[in-house]
Amino acid sequence: MSAPTGEDTKNISHLAAPNRENSNRENSDRGETEGKNVGGNDLTFANPDKTYLDSNELIINMGPQHPATHGVLRVILKLDGEKVLGTECIIGYLHRGVEKIAENRTYTMFNPYVDRMDYVAAVSNGLGYCEAVEKLLNVEATPRAKYIRVILTELNRIASHQLWLGTHALDIGAMTPLFYTFRDREEILKIFEKYCGARLTTHAFRIGGCQYETYAGFEKEVKNFLIFVAPKINEYETLLTTNRIWMERTKNVGVISAADAIALGVTGPVLRASGVKWDLRKAQPYAAYSEFDFEIPVGTNGDTYDRYLVRMAEMRQSLRIIEQAVNGIPEGPIMAKVPKVIKPPVGEIYHSIESPKGELGYFIVSDGSTQPYRLRVRPPSFVNLQALDVMVRGLLVADVVAVIGTIDIVLGEVDR
Amino acid sequence: MPNMIAIWMPNFIMSYLGSTVTPGEAGSQFWALIYVLIIFAGVSVAVMSMNWLERKALAHFQIRLGPMRVGPHGLLQPIADALKLMLKEDIIPTEADQFVFWIAPLIGLLAAFTVYTVIPFGPSQAVSDMNIGILFMLGVSSLGVLGVVVAGWASNSHYPLIGALRSSAQMVSYEVAMGLAVVSAILMTSLNEKGTGTLSMIGIVRAQEQQGIWFIFKFFPLGLIAFIIFAIAMIAETNRAPFDMAEAESELTAGYHTEYSGLRWSLFMLAEYAAMIAVSSIAVTLWLGGWMRPFVRLLHGPSWDFIFSLFPGLTFLGLAAIAFVGVLRMPAHSFFKIQKIGLAAFGGLLGFIALMLLVIAIAGRSEDASIGSRLNESIGYIYWFLLKVAVFMYLFIWYRATWPRYRFDQLMRVGWKVLLPISLAVLIVTAIVGVLVA
Repeated sequence: MSAPTGEDTKNISHLAAPNRENSNRENSDRGETEGKNVGGNDLTFANPDKTYLDSNELIINMGPQHPATHGVLRVILKLDGEKVLGTECIIGYLHRGVEKIAENRTYTMFNPYVDRMDYVAAVSNGLGYCEAVEKLLNVEATPRAKYIRVILTELNRIASHQLWLGTHALDIGAMTPLFYTFRDREEILKIFEKYCGARLTTHAFRIGGCQYETYAGFEKEVKNFLIFVAPKINEYETLLTTNRIWMERTKNVGVISAADAIALGVTGPVLRASGVKWDLRKAQPYAAYSEFDFEIPVGTNGDTYDRYLVRMAEMRQSLRIIEQAVNGIPEGPIMAKVPKVIKPPVGEIYHSIESPKGELGYFIVSDGSTQPYRLRVRPPSFVNLQALDVMVRGLLVADVVAVIGTIDIVLGEVDR
Repeated sequence: MPNMIAIWMPNFIMSYLGSTVTPGEAGSQFWALIYVLIIFAGVSVAVMSMNWLERKALAHFQIRLGPMRVGPHGLLQPIADALKLMLKEDIIPTEADQFVFWIAPLIGLLAAFTVYTVIPFGPSQAVSDMNIGILFMLGVSSLGVLGVVVAGWASNSHYPLIGALRSSAQMVSYEVAMGLAVVSAILMTSLNEKGTGTLSMIGIVRAQEQQGIWFIFKFFPLGLIAFIIFAIAMIAETNRAPFDMAEAESELTAGYHTEYSGLRWSLFMLAEYAAMIAVSSIAVTLWLGGWMRPFVRLLHGPSWDFIFSLFPGLTFLGLAAIAFVGVLRMPAHSFFKIQKIGLAAFGGLLGFIALMLLVIAIAGRSEDASIGSRLNESIGYIYWFLLKVAVFMYLFIWYRATWPRYRFDQLMRVGWKVLLPISLAVLIVTAIVGVLVA
């Protein structure tokens, strides 16, 4: 990936592919038709510059204004007919310099900014940041605050996955799930709104705990939501899971092996769909996650369909976690003892959480002042986007759209 | 001299009225022209109402309301859209091939509308009864792809080009399966004493009348399979979801009409919807008995005829009732006053049409050659034909709301590896069964 320049369309010869033996092509059921096109040899990967019948390649800009790039991602595609020979992502159209802003704000002042990165999962961003600073300060949130954090974060995970499902299905051509998911996401946003007054960029947590006590009837509403949403998830699955067209569009599309996923630093549902059982909520428990009983859904093939199934299963696991958290929410204060002026000791800290999209990490360097010396965000969308090229080589244009959807990127987070 | 024209003209005009054949067959240019104008206006109105219906139905599939602001329940939305599209700036990209860019929508539109010359809305309610009707229809409707390809090429832009290429490959492949399915229906028309079939659209419906069965049920399940193949191929043929690869909004922004805007774009839309109605008409003619009312064999006799002739009036009565229920359910706020009056007027209009139709049905129930009786008959033919087409139109919307989009190679695989062998097999088996029966 590189910054946008005027020359990048002309000069993409560096799109040389790594020689990938265990590529998605072998798993592809379209191997027979495509294999004939290239004389039976895997020319796409061994020799990416060669096109069928030496026809001219088509270099095409997908984005920054394109209905399927979920914002302002620009993907330069090198096409042979409809087959993708290589891609290059140009990012930065939504760059707002979040990390630099952090250096000029106090720790408290910077807290709302993180909500603007992954704006569909703002609560998770806030959780990661607050916990990182808490770690730096060496304070711990109160048990009740931790439970509230877990409930809201998991609700946000469901909301994020619902939005992903709707837009992903829309990319593949199914218009209707989008409206169903938005209808049900609305209920989550209502809970957020009642809790902290904001729906999208919530700024729900503060360093040391939570600013607000839960409102009257919070537990009941969350429980009602659980009862409400479980059949709705089944409803989405009725529309898609066994739908022939959906299966054909997603199975064996955008395959990434576990080894490749690990090598590229891919995390979150994309990694788990490749069969790696890695979830920070279990591996390095934060907040109150160690107290809950839930499973990590994993896939086997690492294709788009598995990623879909993993996310659907994750929504159900989130429901389980929320249920346990609501039932076991302890009484007590919601704010730990935090100094009025937050002045962490000199040092550095890396703290990461499992956001809906993968590992969201904050690396903070403190020089002992009220402002971070340097703050670096490890955004899951940005890292996962690297895998796009690996996933789509040799597939068709329509698959690029499906794969961008399945990686589940939010450009606010990619560009920061 | 003027005197002679004054006598000759009415005679010329009246000469056709008692006829039971199409104006084309009767050689009456005047009435052919009238029919053409009626069909043109009718199809345009149908496309507009289809536009409204699609948005409304799709919205209700998706728990939305759809257009609600322009007119009561958005009834005037298509008119507002048409006005907007006409007033928009007419943009032709600098790099585009000006002339070809200009002519492409017209090709699609002409192809879509020319098909209507042979569509039999009734035994004499067609412009012409061509003896190669179905062939003409398939030939002309497949010209529509030319408009798409030319539009994609003339735009001189990548996305339209890919859309046009997809579209041409798709239409060509699905035409094969479609043609074979049609042939199996045509084979069924030859099951008479003479043993000769017909390609005439009216002849095909007449054959179903004589055999007393819709071809969809003929040689069950052969007719049904052929019909299903046609029903799938016709979606691909008209580039509708789930085969809307040529437009594929999420992949190709808008496919072949990415560079089009304003009036030219609306011509493409007009052509698309007109083509949808046209192919549905083919399906209705070939398999669903065309203008025949349901249960002709089972429920026959004058009294049943009378009961079925009440249906058009009752349908409009139902629509009027829906409109009046809408009036009653309107909020009492003064903001809705004009909408209320408008909807009530619309309901009144529908009710008036319903009343007229019922009066005609009752007045024309006798089986003589009076004008009332003939009018009653014609209304019945057109009503049943349009009702069947309307079912297909609803299915088009339903498909679009339900299914994801096929990928290009999968589409091709379905076309060549699934539909083509099945349609070939159906054709052969139909021929064998036909010979055995005869």
